Amino acid sequence: MAATAAAMDRRDLAWYTDRAARVLVFIGGISAVVFILGIFVFVTKEGLDFVFGALNLREFFTSIEWRPTSNNPTYGALALIVGTASVTGFAMLCSVPLSLGAALFIAEFATGKTRETLKILVEMLAAIPSVVWGFVGMSIMHPLIIRIFDVPLGLGVLNAGLILGLMAAPIMTTIAEDALKAVPDTYREAAEALGATRWEVILKVVIPASKNGLLAAVLLGVGRGFGETMAVLMASGHAINLPTSVFDSVRALTATIASELGDTVYGSDHYGALFTLGILLFLVTFVINLTADVVVRGIRKK
Amino acid sequence: MFDATALNRRSYRAQGIAKAVFCLMTVALVVPVLLIIGTLIYKGGPAISWEFLFTPPRNGMTEGGVFPALVGTIWLVVVALLASVPVGVAAALYLSEYAPDNLLTRTINLAIINLAGVPSIVHALFGVGAFVHFFRFGTSILAASLTLAVMTLPVVIVATREALQAVPQAFREACWNMGATRWQTIRKVVLPNSISGILTGVILEVSRTSGETAPIMFTGATAFIVFLPESVFDQTMAMSYHLYYIATQQTGVPEEITFGVALVLIGIVLLMNAISIGFRVYLRGLKKW
Repeated sequence: MAATAAAMDRRDLAWYTDRAARVLVFIGGISAVVFILGIFVFVTKEGLDFVFGALNLREFFTSIEWRPTSNNPTYGALALIVGTASVTGFAMLCSVPLSLGAALFIAEFATGKTRETLKILVEMLAAIPSVVWGFVGMSIMHPLIIRIFDVPLGLGVLNAGLILGLMAAPIMTTIAEDALKAVPDTYREAAEALGATRWEVILKVVIPASKNGLLAAVLLGVGRGFGETMAVLMASGHAINLPTSVFDSVRALTATIASELGDTVYGSDHYGALFTLGILLFLVTFVINLTADVVVRGIRKK
Repeated sequence: MFDATALNRRSYRAQGIAKAVFCLMTVALVVPVLLIIGTLIYKGGPAISWEFLFTPPRNGMTEGGVFPALVGTIWLVVVALLASVPVGVAAALYLSEYAPDNLLTRTINLAIINLAGVPSIVHALFGVGAFVHFFRFGTSILAASLTLAVMTLPVVIVATREALQAVPQAFREACWNMGATRWQTIRKVVLPNSISGILTGVILEVSRTSGETAPIMFTGATAFIVFLPESVFDQTMAMSYHLYYIATQQTGVPEEITFGVALVLIGIVLLMNAISIGFRVYLRGLKKW
């Protein structure tokens, strides 16, 4: 009996290779989790000294005095938060209707070659690097805004918002289109059999059935705009300012880190303050992504 | 008998209007891309020459070309790929071939979404904290490339997972029935049948990586350096950072040169993207099952 068991033992080279591969693949599998934790740990670690040292929470959230390099440094991030919010808000105002409209057109109306071409163009829109967008804001939009609206400066909420809107559009369009495609064709056929036109089908059947996916698309677009760095840095004017009109220059959280980190001393308060802005950015995008995921999971359950 | 009633006519008119409006919205999104690319070609095109591509900048970047930046971008992309492709493919293999539907798998998926959603400047802070200071790589190609690798990991994972899942389950089952181990099945059946799909993802990652600026600004890119990098511990110029620098920090750079740099950068990115898209369309045509 024992001899047979030994003969049945198939632990040859292939078996050990299989085990080893399983371990390696598993390590790769959890890498994303390791990295996301790593990002949180390292960004927090560098910011911690500042958070428990020079940070004054009230000043941080209510003052617009961001003067990290003065003799008596103050770290009021209100203007930066408002700057990010105004640019992202303006971008979404322009971009959400256009993106959802485009997704509806691509998913429900366009067919064949038109559809493929539009999808490829949207993909190209997503491929343009953010530094090129920023450059477009500075060199093409800036003079254009000055000429059209007869204002002294073309770098501000309007410029950065339009650029950001175009940058966030592809992700919203793609995800919204996926959500629309996920609505079973039987729903559409049932509505059409009742005599509904294509538009009535969309309005009464497709949109209600895919509204969670559309909401997730918008959320991810907001996350994208919120975290955009180079384009906002270059197109927003980068002035600390509470904006009163769309032509005002503003400064974003992301842009502040990008423009100041190079001039800080490792371990200084200023360095820590920029990492604290990083913690804030990380947490907000994390919550946005988490919410989008929960919203999407909601439809899958049904 | 089939004449449209007034109600019908109104429905059809609503449909026509809706279609026109959505079509216009789509056009409003895609026309700017074409306008931007057109303007860049029109204004930057005259600057492009072999000399522009293969000589370093001269005279405070007001003359000359982009050679060191071009070489630097190639270094950064290659090192980033060496780091992220093996890890990304392993992650995708785990998710597609091994992972049970449990809490860990859901956590991994959530982590991938978040890794893609974290702002690029936060990735830069991570690179500074982890690679530059903690692991003591200093500001170097290695630190910059690893930062880029972490950032673009989701691109590889998502593309690879899609390619793997496109291989029919029956292929695997046939292989298992022959007595093959899981790994033998992956190596002899799953990977050969999905390799081109994986390659599409890798090319897409090249496109993404070569355009990123924020993650490399403080981890390895430098504004001007005469020497080409000789090892991964050197600093380097890069196309994306070069564009940022001459557009914002350097005065007196002729418009033609800045537009030329932007055109070369977007040329690289869109070329890679076009190859990836073309490859995908070609593959769809080839599909045997």
